[in-house]
Amino acid sequence: MEKIYTHPKSLRQVPTHYCPGCGHGIAHRLIAELVDELGIREKVIGVAPVGCAVIAYDYWDFDCSESAHGRALAIATAIKRVRPKNIVFTYQGDGDLAAIGTNETIHAANRGENVTVIFINNAIYGMTGGQMAPTTLLNQKTATTPKGREAHLQGYPLKISEMLALLPGVKYIERTSLHSPQEIIKTKKAIKQAFLNQINGIGFSMVEILSPCPTYWGLNPQKALTWIKDVMVKEFPLGRLK
Amino acid sequence: MSGNEAIAEGAIQAGCQFYAGYPITPQNELTAYMALHMPEKGKIFVQAESEISAINMVYGASATGVRAMTSSSSPGISLKQEGISYIAGANLPAVIVNIMRGGPGLGNIWPAQSDYFQATRSGGHGDYHCIVLAPASVQESFDIMYRAFNLADQYLTPVMILGDGMLGQMMEPIEIKNPKLKIKNYTKPWALTGAKNREANIVKSFYMIEGDLEKANLRLQKKYKVIQEKEQAYEETNVNDAEIILVAYGSMSRIAKAALKTLRKQGKKVGLIRPITLWPFPRNAFLKFDKNVKYLAIEMSYGQMVEDVMLTVRDKTQVNFLGRSGGGVPKEEEIIRKVNKLL
Repeated sequence: MEKIYTHPKSLRQVPTHYCPGCGHGIAHRLIAELVDELGIREKVIGVAPVGCAVIAYDYWDFDCSESAHGRALAIATAIKRVRPKNIVFTYQGDGDLAAIGTNETIHAANRGENVTVIFINNAIYGMTGGQMAPTTLLNQKTATTPKGREAHLQGYPLKISEMLALLPGVKYIERTSLHSPQEIIKTKKAIKQAFLNQINGIGFSMVEILSPCPTYWGLNPQKALTWIKDVMVKEFPLGRLK
Repeated sequence: MSGNEAIAEGAIQAGCQFYAGYPITPQNELTAYMALHMPEKGKIFVQAESEISAINMVYGASATGVRAMTSSSSPGISLKQEGISYIAGANLPAVIVNIMRGGPGLGNIWPAQSDYFQATRSGGHGDYHCIVLAPASVQESFDIMYRAFNLADQYLTPVMILGDGMLGQMMEPIEIKNPKLKIKNYTKPWALTGAKNREANIVKSFYMIEGDLEKANLRLQKKYKVIQEKEQAYEETNVNDAEIILVAYGSMSRIAKAALKTLRKQGKKVGLIRPITLWPFPRNAFLKFDKNVKYLAIEMSYGQMVEDVMLTVRDKTQVNFLGRSGGGVPKEEEIIRKVNKLL
């Protein structure tokens, strides 16, 4: 009988440290499946962020670099420039990519670096204990917005993907979600497109993935998925932006 | 050729494959030289969006196993400290050039030596060191780039070239074909090249398991001990019969040497120790002299290297200091006056 579902070769067989209901495990697996399916395990170089996914390299079984908080795209820029035949991607959270690393993000995109960016948007800082992220929604309660995010004090949820879509150096941006099996399949297709763009030399490609953080949203895993579908998607509409 | 250009040409000849930089005076000639000459030779030049990004690009390039470098001046070097700490923690080779200017804050663009503490101690967070090299001429600025890249690869550590605005801007003729200067090739099995026919490589400085970071730090300390034992470098002038020894590095040592010559003509027994490695500090240069010898540390700062001289000779002898910073440079006459007062 043909096996149609198995453990990806590019994903180590180890337990993860992620909380129950966290989206990182799914996103890691999608990347590992695609690295296998595209046959690029011997060429891929991942750049891990600072944040909950800091030890993503303990789960993926291919070459990886750590990066200082926010600097993943500076590091990826250099790796890709030195080794253009390798497939280089960054995996970054919202705080990493859209707060402390905004400068690196915008300029790597504007230079049109031929790399792939996997951007995990869970509207919160998870690793440090649930503080406000640039993508935190208005009225969302966090450790640093105990009364909820207020526009006049903390500004608005930052739509970095929409901003990047304006840049001529950016070739592909899609926002997807992990809140249902259908959306996970769409997410995988988008990541595949972003990798194929790099393989074909098309240029800077990013997939923004709305991902649940039940622990710091104060919801159970099931309700966290519903919250993405009913609330988060209204602020961050899904679909191709460029 | 200017000191800045000599450093750039030296780096290219010493096998630098990747350069990232950001404009800041007084080192802009270095970046411009790299922008023109690196691509011509099939090497990579990137103008980064910030000093922070530039040092992280160097981290990324170095992680793939190529020789990589950035350059800046004092305020920019402050911004790079986070990245330098990560490079040290990840055991990556890299060369960082600091053409020092006046500080603190925005300071001014005049030459200074007031980043000595930052360069020789851990400038960023954590227990680490850069090897710090201080050339004193345009020729030496060129030559020293071989040593910088070789040491970085040998010890897998950041190496800093500590020059100043005077050295960077100074024009002197140089010889760029010296058969004694050689690139030492080191294999880099840890480099990120794609996990083909080997286990996956990971470049990192993060240790989550209890006890692992302490072990990693002890490995770093062991490496630093070897560097301290083997890599001290210095130049001596007229030290053997000296009653007073001047201690100065970089541009400052040139002025000290001029003062020494004048004083010797007057029959004064004056010597000079010029540290070439600032870290490791060349302690060996001081150990052979008896306690009657006096020292005069001269710096374009208000007293930084002088602390290393004091730590080396302890309370065995008299250590004196002469320094100016913020645009002022100790003049030959000031040195002569100070020496005459001390003798």
